[in-house]
Amino acid sequence: MTRPTVLVLLDSPQGALDDVRQPVLELLTLGRELGRVDVVTLAAPSVQVLATLGAYGVQAVHQAALPTTLPASAHHVTSVLASVLTTAVRRTDADVLLVPSSFAGKEAAAVAAARLGAGLVTDASGAAWSQDGRLLAVKRVFAGTWDTTSAVATDPAVVTVRANAVSAAPAPTPTHPEVEALPIEVAAPATTVVAREVKARASGRPALEEAAVVVAGGRGTGGDFGPVEDLADALGAAVGATRDAAFEGWFDSYIGQTGVTVAPRLYIGAGVSGAPHHRGGMQASQVVVAVNNDPEAPIFEISDFAVVGDLADVLPQAAAVIREHKARS
Amino acid sequence: MRIVVLLKYVPDITSDRRFADGRVVRDPGEGSLNELDENAVEAALRLVEAQPDGGEVVAVTLAPPTADIALRKAFQLGVHRGVRVSDDALAGSDYFGTTAALAAAVRRLGDQAPVDLVITGMAALDGLGSVVPALLAEELGWPQLTLATSVSLDGSTLTITRESDDVAQTLAAPLPVVLSVTDSANSPRYPNFKLIMAARTKPIEEWTAADLELDPAEVGAAGARTTTVEATARPPRPEVELVVDKGEGGKALAEFLIRNDLV
Repeated sequence: MTRPTVLVLLDSPQGALDDVRQPVLELLTLGRELGRVDVVTLAAPSVQVLATLGAYGVQAVHQAALPTTLPASAHHVTSVLASVLTTAVRRTDADVLLVPSSFAGKEAAAVAAARLGAGLVTDASGAAWSQDGRLLAVKRVFAGTWDTTSAVATDPAVVTVRANAVSAAPAPTPTHPEVEALPIEVAAPATTVVAREVKARASGRPALEEAAVVVAGGRGTGGDFGPVEDLADALGAAVGATRDAAFEGWFDSYIGQTGVTVAPRLYIGAGVSGAPHHRGGMQASQVVVAVNNDPEAPIFEISDFAVVGDLADVLPQAAAVIREHKARS
Repeated sequence: MRIVVLLKYVPDITSDRRFADGRVVRDPGEGSLNELDENAVEAALRLVEAQPDGGEVVAVTLAPPTADIALRKAFQLGVHRGVRVSDDALAGSDYFGTTAALAAAVRRLGDQAPVDLVITGMAALDGLGSVVPALLAEELGWPQLTLATSVSLDGSTLTITRESDDVAQTLAAPLPVVLSVTDSANSPRYPNFKLIMAARTKPIEEWTAADLELDPAEVGAAGARTTTVEATARPPRPEVELVVDKGEGGKALAEFLIRNDLV
């Protein structure tokens, strides 16, 4: 059997491509274990991006050439992105298409799978070949309480992968990927993009959906996220909220079944009770720590370590000890 | 205006959810209408109520008869008609089999009278895949407006706002459209007493795979492109290490992180 080809979507909500996001590095790492890795992009990669792709062992970069009649705002419409993915899979004869599990990524991957007649697994946390040559994708379901393995019956297989599922690592042997134009034939979509704004990411903090460490604040913060942000900064962590806290207007992005799903190495919930909605968005975290002054808080049931106490006392003290520890080491 | 709302009966998220033989166990009585579908029902009712000549909201679900709980709940909220697509041949459908069956049901309703919109919740709280709305739009050849946080209709143009993956967008498309709504799109109404009484006896139409002229090779386990080959309950977390703060709680927390190499 020839070495399988794995195609990875290098996505960026921006027009320009001047960095490779952590989830994509994770997909490149996973892809190398499955076969030869190519990437497909919507935009021209910078020199820095090409160097990173080379360090991660990418063989070729397929840059979509969309019709000039198509407005740039339409490039990210699901049907257009799906055409890019479908064309790239056909051009490279890819056996596996890996896409980061953002909502936009999942929709485009699904539509591409429909057009390719391919099987689809969403939100996987890993993939490997079975002995009989089928792709096996693992995922964690029911708020992290069950693990499932799905076998994909088709070639190609389309898989979207959650952030933090794989540890990103550069390739043992770097490559020098070439950029090849990938002409895409696509009609103007029926959906019009009236306005589109890419939100600026909080500087100095990792993005919530990609972070290895997350500190979340809930109702118990009473609206003061100061101690939550202080501990997050001591740990180099991302900050999130519960849905209730976000709906109160205390913080803009929330962790939960309908918000951001996180599965970091470490999750710390402060003033978080552990309502089902929030648990559905964080229960797959590897280590769970909780701080709450209510000893009956349900989050304690799923915590590895917990402090019953006032977060306004506990968090700053923890942050200070962590800063001292970091200064020493 | 005629709207189809797609509903899913899901295991209650506070119940002990589990797998058997690679499929989700759906115990009667332990499930409910997918919470996010209440937002879809609300969006449909509001759009119809805003029309001078009103309209019809038809709820469709793909499930065994246990899912009637979900349809009855939709009746209590004001949905006019309920259809359950039930067939052993549909059990074990993957995303594509599910989409084929739902699209066929929408087409059949469309043959009776034109359908202007299909509305769904943004995700089903069992699988959380969030891809069926996009697949359905592709299958029907309609534009998709998914993950809406607000919805407005002007003539035959539907406009939504959405915020996801760091992008805030306003999107518009001409009807017919497949729309999915989030839980911030609206606040679902409470069941109406008169409708609660009527919902008990309201007829539920049952359609089979044959009624929908579905190819048995393309749906159900026979047509599935993926199969769950293993499902394992994860071991429960070890007992929590609980510290009551008497002035040193933060230090204990930091030491736990340092000890476990998490700093």
